[in-house]
Amino acid sequence: MTSDKTGSNGHEPHTGGVRVKRGLAEMLKGGVIMDVVTAEQAKIAEDAGAVAVMALERVPSDIRRDGGVARMSDVSLINQIIAAVTIPVMAKARIGHFVEAQVLQSLGVDYIDESEVLTPADEEHHIDKWQFDVPFVCGARDLGEALRRIGEGAAMIRTKGEAGTGNVVEAVRHMRAVQGGIRRIASMRPEELMAEAKHLGAPFDLVQEIHSTGKLPVVNFSAGGIATPADAALMMQLGCDGNFVGSGIFKSTNPEAYAKAIVAATTYYDRPDVIADVSAGLGKAMPGLDVASMPAGELLATRGW
Amino acid sequence: MALRDCGAEASTVRTPAELDNVDALVLPGGESTTMSRLLQVFGLEAPLRERLAGGMPTLSTCAGLILMSREVLDGRPDQIALGVLDVSVRRNGYGRQVESFEADIPIAPLGVAPFRAVFIRAPLIEQVGGDAEVIASFGSNPVAIAQGPHVGLCFHPEMTDDSRLHQLFLERAAAALEVSAA
Repeated sequence: MTSDKTGSNGHEPHTGGVRVKRGLAEMLKGGVIMDVVTAEQAKIAEDAGAVAVMALERVPSDIRRDGGVARMSDVSLINQIIAAVTIPVMAKARIGHFVEAQVLQSLGVDYIDESEVLTPADEEHHIDKWQFDVPFVCGARDLGEALRRIGEGAAMIRTKGEAGTGNVVEAVRHMRAVQGGIRRIASMRPEELMAEAKHLGAPFDLVQEIHSTGKLPVVNFSAGGIATPADAALMMQLGCDGNFVGSGIFKSTNPEAYAKAIVAATTYYDRPDVIADVSAGLGKAMPGLDVASMPAGELLATRGW
Repeated sequence: MALRDCGAEASTVRTPAELDNVDALVLPGGESTTMSRLLQVFGLEAPLRERLAGGMPTLSTCAGLILMSREVLDGRPDQIALGVLDVSVRRNGYGRQVESFEADIPIAPLGVAPFRAVFIRAPLIEQVGGDAEVIASFGSNPVAIAQGPHVGLCFHPEMTDDSRLHQLFLERAAAALEVSAA
């Protein structure tokens, strides 16, 4: 630290507040956050224009293939990735594993993803995210789940999709569910809001807030199955604020080209000519899985409560 | 939003054609490496430099301030420094996200009431040249700069409901545009 952080008026600066936590997510809007498993991949992501990287041990498609228990990444790997890039570094903790989150905060990661991609540590409770100075992003399949996570202190939401499949169908389903839920509340009469909060299993004050503002109080990215530039632009046109791309980049045949193309398609999501241009000659996308034919036990999106 | 509340029209600029349609430009927060790369790849850097040379007023915040500065420390070697604001900035100079903070700071041109400034992985202004005027500091560090038609901020004025800095920018921009039109 080279800076002097005491104000001339004598007021101590306030860290870890809602504004700085939600605010960082605001700065990532319109961008792409990429899963990386090495410092070298993190560099490639930064070179391609990623607004942040997600440091993890295995991308979701490998976690899916390997089975077993998926945990927080190795600490030295996270440190190497933090040292390698200047953009924000995110890392995943298991659902409910607040000690993994404490460790990640002490490492200086910029955002923690309490993620269903890892094996849950608690099948009833998520982390009390208000206890932390570092902001959290959490997955959601619908508006009720999103509002429960915000109620627990999440400063950013991502729709879950189905990670590691290369199949965008669940990402679309979840984004439509969240957006549709918001439109529904916005069109309600005030006396209908309590029943809606009960129906959603969501905090009443957040339902009231959405009724008056017509939007989520935090940034909402999409995630889980985005594999092509067109997928990324589809999610943006459906109303998300940006994209998480996991296996889609480093499981393609040409990660650098895919990374750059998905960044461009996320920025110019409403320009089919640009999307066409950046999609030309990309090589093969990651192999995809049919979510409908997968056994229920293999679905990651159903983790989280 | 804040600019609209002050009576200005606001639109998004992602292409050279969209840049042609505006009188003044806001360079917002974000990741300066990403913004820098998109400016280069999508052919905006040259038209932007041309408009800036022609005196287009700018409000730059956080990553935008980095882009507008004369020198970037701790950045990527290939990232753009447009060299308009006579300052040298250190990227993430206030530390990582857990050190992001907000504080009340006095800003002389805005009057007595302090401004609630939100600093998010903010750049640190390390040197200020003779062309730039420091309009606010936090401790010993300059955090707000005015230079001709330009206003540059280390923090995010759009994170609160206080639109006094947007108003200040619009006044400076309007004055500069009147002079150039005359």
